[in-house]
Amino acid sequence: MLSKKNKEALFNPLSKDNPVLVQILGICSSLAVTASLEPAIVMGISVIAVLAFSNVIISFLRKTIPTNIRIIVQLVVVAALVIIVQQILTAYQYDVSKQLSVFIGLIITNCILMGRLEAFAMHNSPWPSFLDGVGNGLGYTIILVIVAFIRELLGTGKLFGYQVVPQWCYDHGYENNGLMILAPMALITVGCIIWVHRARNKELQED
Amino acid sequence: MNKNSNTYQILYAAVMVLLVGSVLALIYMALKPKQDENIANDTRKQILSALHIAAPDESQVKETYEKYIIQDLLVDADGNIVDSAENVAFDVQMKANVKLSDTERKLPVMKCKMDDGSTKYVLPVYGAGLWGPIWGYIAMNEDGNTIYGANFSHEGETPGLGARIAEEEFQGLFQDKHLFQDGEFKNVVVLKKGQTATNGAEQVDALTGATITSRGVSDMLDDCLARYEGFLKKLQDKPQVEVPGEITNVVQPQ
Repeated sequence: MLSKKNKEALFNPLSKDNPVLVQILGICSSLAVTASLEPAIVMGISVIAVLAFSNVIISFLRKTIPTNIRIIVQLVVVAALVIIVQQILTAYQYDVSKQLSVFIGLIITNCILMGRLEAFAMHNSPWPSFLDGVGNGLGYTIILVIVAFIRELLGTGKLFGYQVVPQWCYDHGYENNGLMILAPMALITVGCIIWVHRARNKELQED
Repeated sequence: MNKNSNTYQILYAAVMVLLVGSVLALIYMALKPKQDENIANDTRKQILSALHIAAPDESQVKETYEKYIIQDLLVDADGNIVDSAENVAFDVQMKANVKLSDTERKLPVMKCKMDDGSTKYVLPVYGAGLWGPIWGYIAMNEDGNTIYGANFSHEGETPGLGARIAEEEFQGLFQDKHLFQDGEFKNVVVLKKGQTATNGAEQVDALTGATITSRGVSDMLDDCLARYEGFLKKLQDKPQVEVPGEITNVVQPQ
């Protein structure tokens, strides 16, 4: 079930080969949806679902796909899955779908997806592809959650919409940092996380 | 079969597109009723919010709406009621409605009965912000002059700047503003702090850093509310708009 290779496919993307921190993919959406935790988590789950299933589908089809049109086939599969996710969210999680608005649709252009399909699913059987998809999705989600945690806490004093910074802090002059809500601070937060991550992983450091 | 032959590629693409297309169509059809209901409920929430009413919970939005909104009206530019069928105002698509010519355009009004027995009239407005459409609902007191509450929504204004039109802090500014000065229609304008309206209209402070969205709100009110002048004047003359076949026993305004 989980051979060494499969374990690597699942766990490497969490840290050593993290799509956001190491490959610097999917930055756009990780800046856009991380102003608070709830949309970040929904976005993460959506990406995990789309990535895992598109990996599996492409992996099943990999021997039949004509080389010349493989990118088109991959795009169609991803686009179809994204539309399904979008429709389901509009039907069952309307408020969240409103918050995420265009970003669900933009999963299609998330480089993590095309990258994994092209680099992994086209050459591996369905089960490892599924694990690879879940692993990369999780790696992306973890970063989203960390960034959203920092931004929501410092930006609004809340977590999941619930007030966590007590009132007496405000009474003693504490202020929410409105800048944290804006995209530039998300970029800086991601930058800080990459910094910490590289400092702790010597093999990732470049000369 | 040769995977790179033209026939194979074309067939492959055609079959794939057909398959994916039909699967998506099926899913869309299956989820459509649920989605429409969500969108309608969202609109109901916005209307109720203009009236400062909040549904006790998510599942009761429709019940709450139906409890308070007692009648839907369509009026013309002179303030005459041209239609009062069920949900006739709620079903008006503002996006299409604002594009109609002045003579074709019918103005939706939702009549609302509050807990204290007073009557309010909700007028939908629709316009353009910086990045996309903005819309809202203005609740009027039955004197046809004072704004009771306002709610604004937007499709994609800048978060933290223009998007703040959807926040209570901005919407609350409209409360108790008057649309008429000495019997003359003078729309509420949104202006930068320090500026004053030249025509003596009442004003609301614009949002800092969101000049275009603020102007959009002002223009939207100008474009949409001004058309209700006839209707509002009729309200002022006679607080209760008579509708054939309706029993009117509404408390007069204090």
